[in-house]
Amino acid sequence: MIDVQNITKRYGHHTAIDRVTFSVAKGEVLAFLGPNGAGKTTTMRILTCFMPATEGTARVAGFDCADQPLEVKRRIGYLPETPPVYQELTVTEYLTFVGRLRGMVGRNLTSALDQSIGRLELGTVRHRLIGNLSRGYRQRVGLAQALLHDPPVLILDEPTVGLDPKQIIEIRELIKSLAGSHTVILSTHILPEATAVCQRVVIISGGRIVAEDTPEQLSARLRHSEKISVTLKTPPIDCEGKLRAIPGILNIFSGQTTGNYLIECALGHDLRDEIARFVVSNHWGLLELRTISMTLEDVFLQLTRHEEDLSHSADASASSISDGAVVTQDTAS
Amino acid sequence: MTPVQALIAKELRGYFVSPIVYVVGAVFLLIFGFLSYLYIVFAGAQAIQLMQMQGGTAQINLNDLVFRNLFASMRFILLIILPILTMRLFAEERKLRTFEFLMTSPIGINEIVAGKFVSVFLVFLSLLGLTGLVPAVLMLFSDFDWNPVLTGYLGMALLGALFLAVGVFASALTENQIVAAFVSFGILLTIWLISGLGALLGDTTAGHVISYVSFMEHYDRLVHGLIDTSDLVYFGSSLALMLFLTHRVVESARWK
Repeated sequence: MIDVQNITKRYGHHTAIDRVTFSVAKGEVLAFLGPNGAGKTTTMRILTCFMPATEGTARVAGFDCADQPLEVKRRIGYLPETPPVYQELTVTEYLTFVGRLRGMVGRNLTSALDQSIGRLELGTVRHRLIGNLSRGYRQRVGLAQALLHDPPVLILDEPTVGLDPKQIIEIRELIKSLAGSHTVILSTHILPEATAVCQRVVIISGGRIVAEDTPEQLSARLRHSEKISVTLKTPPIDCEGKLRAIPGILNIFSGQTTGNYLIECALGHDLRDEIARFVVSNHWGLLELRTISMTLEDVFLQLTRHEEDLSHSADASASSISDGAVVTQDTAS
Repeated sequence: MTPVQALIAKELRGYFVSPIVYVVGAVFLLIFGFLSYLYIVFAGAQAIQLMQMQGGTAQINLNDLVFRNLFASMRFILLIILPILTMRLFAEERKLRTFEFLMTSPIGINEIVAGKFVSVFLVFLSLLGLTGLVPAVLMLFSDFDWNPVLTGYLGMALLGALFLAVGVFASALTENQIVAAFVSFGILLTIWLISGLGALLGDTTAGHVISYVSFMEHYDRLVHGLIDTSDLVYFGSSLALMLFLTHRVVESARWK
């Protein structure tokens, strides 16, 4: 549905995005993740035909963004960073204007209008001036605008900014419900959002794609060992040495608090059962025992921090203890 | 309703819900009314003078004494008023970040520029229509030739259209409305003053070319009741040029 090949965008000497290539299948929800200034908005602007790419081609629904912009624009619902609302219009007037701008007329327009107002729960404010609405409502009006003509492709630049927690959940549910029938690209720097809503994540940093996979795969790929945190009530002297008696343990670090230890073991070996039995039989007072999974946040930080050696570390599938130590420090900090 | 009509309707609504049209309209009509009053009183005083000198009823020509002066003064009034109407058209869209929305809507830049221009031109025409009250009232009390008045109105409409096109162009250049208004003042005053240079150079090729470029002589002929094709061509082509330049500026805004 969306196919981006080697697009580069330069502003003078500054390269905003550098040879970005990715594609999105029909019905897929893709998250664009990256720190501020990574090139998320620039990529979206190219896809929506707002600006042309310096090099490379972008195709949406089979139409080239540079050659057939009108065809592309007809098939896209776009929510820019700032909700594009006219303050002097009421919600209904604004959405009517948007619909007409997209060539909708008559009953077609009224039913689409009612549907999108219903979907975003704007019924109570439909006759109020947008200028008088709060940030959250404006954001929802912006989303209603993007959904109005039921476009096959939705491009949402930080769709949940400015919403309260309840609304954020509702909007996420809405986006999830669009999956399958609609192709969605959304950008965010809220990591749980990407995990919650998207089937695939593209991490972009410094204008380049640094990783692209499902959220689960991403964290698995960067995890080189299993890590278990254990907290003991009465740890003995030289607890670390004693724990090493359990077979399969690769490394032990003491944690931030007394009695807390981080145990590292080989990938695919869950030693929680053995550790529990060992600790209990020694009467050390087991308070807590849990695995530490690498969150998307850790993946993100690691990827965007260590950009240079990324290609090497992403390809390296074999576990290495020194790399593992870096991950542990990231996790613990 | 086509996309362009929707855009025009939205722009018109934008004008009429904001105070701009009311304030600009009130000032414009007030100045127009006051100037008409001054010229009519002045004409009346001249009539009384003539009566005292010649005796009996004196015939005064309202076309010469009132309308021609009034229309000539309108050049300056339009130059001051119209950039205020146009300054918001693109500058506001860019400031409020709705420009990106407009540019990603399935509507061409041609249509956007045309829609914006037509909407502000309609606002201007409605204000101009209200000034028709002055000749209408004068008609009740005196005789004058309507034809030069109508060509004067045609002149004002064409001159206004050109000023508005310059204003739309200036508005597309910036996201600051004050800057947009000032740039259009600057451009219009420069074109005005060029006619002085043309007059200075006199009957030379350069002089003729420069005088042709300025709107002064074209407008003056219409005010004098003369419809010349070359003047219509001047207004038509300069209008087209300004709108074309606006199109280029809007297009180039995408590249930044």
